[in-house]
Amino acid sequence: MSDSVETAAAAASTPAVPTGQSGTVVRSTVIRRLFRNPLGLVAMTILLAISLLAILAPVLAPFDQNYANIAKTLAAPDSVNILGTDSAGRDVWSRLLFGAQLTLLSALLCAGVAIAIGLPAGLIAGYYAGKFEAVSNWVVSILMSLPGLIVLLTIRAAFGPSVWMSMIAFGILISPSYFRLTRTAVQSVRNELYVDAARVSGLSDLSIIARHIFSVVRAPIIIQTAAIAGVAIAIQSGLEFLGLGDPTKATWGVMLSEGFKNVYLTPTLLFWPALAMALTIGGLVLLGNAIRDALEDGEKIKHRKQAATSVKGPLAGPTPARLPARPSRKSVAAVDLGTEHHLVKVTNLGVGYPQADGSIKKVVDDVSFHVDRGEFLGIVGESGSGKSQTAFSILGLLPENARVVGGSIQFDGNYTVAPGEERVSQERLSKLRGKRISYIPQEPMSNLDPAFTIGYQLVTPMVRVLGISKAEARQRALKLLADVGIVSPDRTFNAYPHEVSGGMAQRVLIAGAISCEPDLVIADEPTTALDVTVQADVLDLLRELQRRLNIGVILVTHNFGVVADLCDRVAVMQNGRLVEEGPVRDILRNPQEPYTQRLLASMLEGKEPMSMLVSPRPKEPVA
Amino acid sequence: MSTTESAPLLAVDQLVVEYPSKKFRAKPFRALTDINITIGRGETLGLVGESGSGKTTLGRAILGLAPVTGGKISFDGKDISHASRKDRRVLSRDLQVVFQDPYTSLNPALEIGDILAEPLGVQGMDAAAAKKRVKELLDQVGLPSDAINRLPREFSGGQRQRVAIARALALAPKLIVCDEPVSALDLSTQARVLDLFLQIQKDTGVSYLFVSHDLDVVRHISHRVAVMYHGEIVEQGPAGVVTTDPDHPYTQRLLLASPVPDPDRQEQRRADRHRLLETQRMQHEQAGVLA
Amino acid sequence: MIRFIAKRLGSGLVVLFVVSALTFFLLYISSGSIARNILGDQATAEQVALKEQELGLDQPLLTRYLAWVADALSGNLGASWFTSEPVANSLASRIPVTMTMVFTAMILIAICAALIGVLAAVKRGWVDRVVQVGAIIGDSIPGFVIGVILVTILAIQLGLFPATSTISPEAGADAWVYSMSLPVIALLINGVTGGAQQIRSAVIKQLERDYVRTLRSRGIGEREILFKHVLRSAAPAGLTVLSLQLIGMLGGVVIIEQIFALPGMGPLAVAATGQSDLPVVMGVVMYTVVVVIVVNLLVDILNGWLNPKVRVS
Repeated sequence: MSDSVETAAAAASTPAVPTGQSGTVVRSTVIRRLFRNPLGLVAMTILLAISLLAILAPVLAPFDQNYANIAKTLAAPDSVNILGTDSAGRDVWSRLLFGAQLTLLSALLCAGVAIAIGLPAGLIAGYYAGKFEAVSNWVVSILMSLPGLIVLLTIRAAFGPSVWMSMIAFGILISPSYFRLTRTAVQSVRNELYVDAARVSGLSDLSIIARHIFSVVRAPIIIQTAAIAGVAIAIQSGLEFLGLGDPTKATWGVMLSEGFKNVYLTPTLLFWPALAMALTIGGLVLLGNAIRDALEDGEKIKHRKQAATSVKGPLAGPTPARLPARPSRKSVAAVDLGTEHHLVKVTNLGVGYPQADGSIKKVVDDVSFHVDRGEFLGIVGESGSGKSQTAFSILGLLPENARVVGGSIQFDGNYTVAPGEERVSQERLSKLRGKRISYIPQEPMSNLDPAFTIGYQLVTPMVRVLGISKAEARQRALKLLADVGIVSPDRTFNAYPHEVSGGMAQRVLIAGAISCEPDLVIADEPTTALDVTVQADVLDLLRELQRRLNIGVILVTHNFGVVADLCDRVAVMQNGRLVEEGPVRDILRNPQEPYTQRLLASMLEGKEPMSMLVSPRPKEPVA
Repeated sequence: MSTTESAPLLAVDQLVVEYPSKKFRAKPFRALTDINITIGRGETLGLVGESGSGKTTLGRAILGLAPVTGGKISFDGKDISHASRKDRRVLSRDLQVVFQDPYTSLNPALEIGDILAEPLGVQGMDAAAAKKRVKELLDQVGLPSDAINRLPREFSGGQRQRVAIARALALAPKLIVCDEPVSALDLSTQARVLDLFLQIQKDTGVSYLFVSHDLDVVRHISHRVAVMYHGEIVEQGPAGVVTTDPDHPYTQRLLLASPVPDPDRQEQRRADRHRLLETQRMQHEQAGVLA
Repeated sequence: MIRFIAKRLGSGLVVLFVVSALTFFLLYISSGSIARNILGDQATAEQVALKEQELGLDQPLLTRYLAWVADALSGNLGASWFTSEPVANSLASRIPVTMTMVFTAMILIAICAALIGVLAAVKRGWVDRVVQVGAIIGDSIPGFVIGVILVTILAIQLGLFPATSTISPEAGADAWVYSMSLPVIALLINGVTGGAQQIRSAVIKQLERDYVRTLRSRGIGEREILFKHVLRSAAPAGLTVLSLQLIGMLGGVVIIEQIFALPGMGPLAVAATGQSDLPVVMGVVMYTVVVVIVVNLLVDILNGWLNPKVRVS
């Protein structure tokens, strides 16, 4: 039973921690969001009601929990016993109320014990690491391998029936979930630069933990507590159901067991405690989910909603999945006459992302350019200029929720996105991708599957796309590795990605991109993640391959030096629009548009050292 | 070095940094070997090298964020190689930092005002005075004063880096360690932030240790430049010399590897680079033959 | 790989040893009243002393523990204080019942959770929403309550299944399957809802990784990407989920067996706990820990096989 908690905690911490949306400032908005979420509101109402009933049990209950009216057993509900009586003639409603009291108190005790142990231990282990962490990890691994109920049976055998004893024991047993949650959260911020900055300022460890680290774990802890309380209630009731609880106390577990014994006579006796349990635990689960949703960044929520994973349907608004899809046409219109000789032609392309309010945010707007065979086109721009989105629409690898909101793309005389189409046709592009259009990514390491050898990742596409045998593909892969300047192709072929350097991995990715002799290669910042000296080698490689294979290349970059090194023509992008396009010498030497001029003026090469680059007095706020 | 010269603000003498290995009984990992640098008052020392060369570690060792295994770091005449947290608190008035990533160097949960007031509070400044100082700082780095009550995520990368610079300036330090402070920024933003660094130095006379992988950036901002390679400093000297006419083979390669934004000049540079690589290869082979 | 397994096995033995010591000391620390408990209030002080001597309770705790370890190593886990049946024998007759149920349920959970979780991650849409809602409902109702509800509705009200399952070897396979199906269903509902949800998140996380886009750009089909690459990378997370589920189920099955009156470990454990029959309790704990250690070892080996990085280090 401890299983669900452990993993729920992991799930809870992942989205909350990196965003760190738990500080004092954000808290008010989190609470507001929580109240706006109908499920969160329902959960809080249920839990509040049950808590009130539990607190007021001595006042509200018409009978004592153990008062038995032998003359009136298994009675149906009436005006005195509003929910009837059990087999000993005890009032079900009263017992339910006192049961709530005990249940909630024991859940609180359990969570309290678990937090008191897990939180400080997690903070220390996460912040200082070292021996303490090693030892506590070991203890945790033992605690986590013990099934909760079996441990509680042992405790019961040793200490007799006591709710408090078993809940303290369960609290200890489940404290690893807080420990791991806290440790992971602390580890993720321990090396954050803002903690370093605090250290440089001379803040004591205690202040750093209180100020920068505790705020990160606070929210996951609350979510976790909701889950833990639910599990504690479940396991405590289970113990009581087995008849191992304290016989003098009215509890939901005992009532359930009592009802089960009389299931042939009065099944309703089962219903009430089961309902009470489901409502309480369900309320806790929903509350935890609602807090998590409220904590997630606007960005994140948007993303999730669009993926239609959200359970809070009423709030979600129109999701793109429900947007009316345009009828797909079987036959695709022919491209405009006289343009079919271009390898790629992008015409008035617009790409956008539907927003929660139903509008569409355009990231690429009215962009047109073309690339011919044997031509090197650079697309230059700063972050957010839409250059990568443009490249991915040619590849047909836009994120799921992206929409083509205008224009067309044609490849080798055929539309891949015909005018009026809303999505890139995967049917058309999957025939081209890998075979005629290929891709070189930016980050060498994350773009290779760590579980497969480099050789496997080179051979498979060739087998699939070219239909050649594995042996032949292997020969070609080895030759490709040699072609991209890898000194010992055999060793690299058999290596796993984590065994090679970043520069080497990028060469492997380039080899993969040209392995099926494409006509067009799209390179997205192919040298940005590399050291300058390695970059120069990779640029040489790209130039040499492009000349030799006479392919068209679209190079997406922010670096004018790289453009000057490789490109025949340049397109400059800003805020999703194409600012200027032309032969590389014209654009770099004689830019017409102010934006291009400004970008080029920001280059440091050839500037007087220590001179102001932009303004004599750089105090105007940055837009 | 002559004794008549006034003592430098920072002197790093034969510094060694080693990280204990995670594996049992394995040899510790040596990140820095025999580092010697000095930085004078109002001076900028540029530190250039590739990833893993140890340039960031050097900055962190000076800040007390990396373990000093051997050698000595003196700041303003005092030995700070193994300064305690308490010493660091005093030291932080004079020694500050700006990190590379403007997205993780500011706590996302704190308002800009709180972030900037943190170093002031540590020094015991009262809230009202701190608030006044924060306003001055925002003005100094060119941010609007209403930024005080906003969260880091409401700002762009360049603006966040201004906040980080303001935090470093809060206590009017004598030296700021700048660890790749512009490499995560777009070109035009980089230019504006570099202007800000230069302006602040002009106004306050602060010294910088400016760590970067980009030779152009280092050339633009530094008085002197040191080049790091595999945990050692292979070359240092006046910026104009090291970044245009370097001695060490690695610096020579680095210089010619950086592409220039003009096709014809870049073609020339490319040819120069290939010639250099060929020469170095031949020298290397000859050395091998001789040895 | 062999060194890797040997290392894991060694650490498992250490855990076994530590848990046995902890449990033993915890159980016997209050041993003063044990003999009195067994004999009842009528017994004289001499009878109690005699019983204590008979059970070896007059010896120091450490001596008794070492004797227990020595016996346990030779396969002797002592005898019940109440029935005098050797603990090893009672375990041997009951473990098959419990283990068949647990492993049948586990295999079904693994298959269903993986299928539903992957489907939800890939298709999204309504499948995904059903999985999310199902996970909340599954989390909200404890496993044994689900068992009780199943019995009440399917067995007692509708009469589709037997409410209690008594299994005898002669009964035949079909009768056995028939009487086991309800308890197994009760065991697996929570597992499937929770497991599917977690496998779904693991798969989605993998689908968003950069290399998946690169594989697509190389012309590799969606199906191959999913089954060869994504599932393989998501598997370690899934395995961890399943192993935690199994540990939880070892506890849950005790209640389920009690509900369905199955002659497994559950009734033995409950009776022993109620009577403080310590040798039996000790035996139950040891069996549980051994099962957990073996399962964790299998998971480690599978993970090592799936992830080259683990294997290398």
